[in-house]
Amino acid sequence: MKFPIKRLALLGIVVMLSNAAFAADVSILNASYDVSREFYKKYNPTFVKYWKQKTGDNVTINQSHGGSSKQARAVVDGLEADVVTMNQSIDVDILAQKQLIPVNWAERLPNGSAPFSSTSIFLVRHGNPKGIRSWADLAKPGISVIIANPKTSGNGRYAYLAAWGSVIKQGGKAVQARELVGKIFANVPVLETGGRGATTTFVQREIGDVLVTFENEVGLIKQEYGADKFDLVYPPLSIVAELPVSIVDKVVDKRGTRKVAEAYLQQLYTPAAQELAAQFELRPYDAVIAKKHLATLPALKLFTVSEVFGNAQQAQTEHFKDGGVFDQLYSRK
Amino acid sequence: MSQSTRIATHESRSVTLLFIGVALVYLLLFLGLPLFAVFYQALSKGWGLYWAALQEADALSAIKLTLIASGIAVPCNLVFGIAAAWAIAKFEFKGKSLLITLIDLPFAVSPVVSGLVYVLLFGAQGWFGHWLQAHDIKLLFAVPGIVLATIFVTFPFIARELIPLMQAQGKEEEEAAVSLGASGWQTFTRVTLPNVKWGLLYGVILCNARAMGEFGAVSVVSGHIRGMTNTMPLHVEILYNEYNFVAAFAVASLLALLAVVTLLVKSLIEWQARRSGEPLHHGA
Repeated sequence: MKFPIKRLALLGIVVMLSNAAFAADVSILNASYDVSREFYKKYNPTFVKYWKQKTGDNVTINQSHGGSSKQARAVVDGLEADVVTMNQSIDVDILAQKQLIPVNWAERLPNGSAPFSSTSIFLVRHGNPKGIRSWADLAKPGISVIIANPKTSGNGRYAYLAAWGSVIKQGGKAVQARELVGKIFANVPVLETGGRGATTTFVQREIGDVLVTFENEVGLIKQEYGADKFDLVYPPLSIVAELPVSIVDKVVDKRGTRKVAEAYLQQLYTPAAQELAAQFELRPYDAVIAKKHLATLPALKLFTVSEVFGNAQQAQTEHFKDGGVFDQLYSRK
Repeated sequence: MSQSTRIATHESRSVTLLFIGVALVYLLLFLGLPLFAVFYQALSKGWGLYWAALQEADALSAIKLTLIASGIAVPCNLVFGIAAAWAIAKFEFKGKSLLITLIDLPFAVSPVVSGLVYVLLFGAQGWFGHWLQAHDIKLLFAVPGIVLATIFVTFPFIARELIPLMQAQGKEEEEAAVSLGASGWQTFTRVTLPNVKWGLLYGVILCNARAMGEFGAVSVVSGHIRGMTNTMPLHVEILYNEYNFVAAFAVASLLALLAVVTLLVKSLIEWQARRSGEPLHHGA
């Protein structure tokens, strides 16, 4: 009588073991830009749960954060990121140029592979003592403006392009845009290399009258430093900063993580993730969710990079390459 | 030396006091105050949060990685440093000055550049990148890359400490040992090594402090994967950028403690060395 029980137990162990073997442990690495930390910290556990329910597999998501372009560079140099979540498309384009992903990467997910976006807005000292309302106000003499370096940070790049585009969209010519942007950057006392550095300069070191940065960064500043110390100013016209994502084909094929990596990005488009994004003051792609958050993410007059500059690559070449328009304007200072 | 000390003590009292005062204020302002600020910030919200910050999984893994990196780098440089110093101080050979220059290279090169050199060599686009990828060897953005970078920047510390010391001691004692019938190894372990033990320890301490504190080179090759490739200095930066000041300074306070311990051990070694009559030729 004892024998079969033993056997049964053995069988049970075998079944348990094989079950355990089916529940594979996978890990993926998300190489992301600086200020996305807080969002992915919240999003990752929801995806882990979803993936466990769907496949039974345990997925670990590792995060790497840094300046968007610096991160792209690291992936090109061999950082084995399964997915990249950047703050500007040229940092994904460079992966296509190096043949890590196909050229048509943007077409693989809805909305040009940008599940959410942000925009460049102003943060001023409480009460707005200098009366800053528009991009033109930033160019006035005696105004000190904090912007991240457009050559090294997406944050600064969008601020630059927003100022330039504000002139063009109001019927101005390139000469006038150039003059305005030149004057704005003449008002910048220190160019920080990244968005977070610019925040620290403005908030902690208390330099400058106005900080130009992403809307979601402003949300975080209010949360960290108190909402009463600063005022938020929406310029009458600004830019859509699309936040593109992509799997890195060469890495996922090598590591056999394509499925989980793809799902990780697709899940960013679900209402739950879109809702979460809105809570972090990222503008959701989903119109229904966007409508719910009009109080914190108000409808603004926005234009895209392509509307004014053709496309992101052209803007990059014309304005931010060595010797480009930005260099000409900034070195004139 | 004794002549000049006597003259110095004959300065008028007020001048002496002024100099001591200036030196003390300077020390307090540039060393004491920052050290105090680190601990003040770290403990600003109480011991509970301080301990919690240190026991957080990412912090523990950063501490572990820092210990691994210095745990490998210091012994490597110890062996190399002794061998190089011995060869340079006790023997004549071709290319000796070239070797000395090479040893000094990591001091001369900015750490960021040393990091980039590794990217250039072992990165996916680098010289050996394809070979490494084909053989599935991960150097960069993984622990081996961090260890390599740490070894590189701390390369000269021990050798630089020993070379002038061994040169000053000359080779008479070794020659005597050999003429009395000692083998090369016996000469080395019974004569050369005991003669430089304090200098050696001094070099190890400095080497270790730098290995644990290195930021630039490690930052370039790390890839900043949380819980995996972040060392303590990198972790401090991340926490700081996340507005997590208490945790940032808690981890920073560990590094500061290491500095304090290093200085204490260093003073102890200097004192011991003076007592045993072995000179320490640092900075020579």
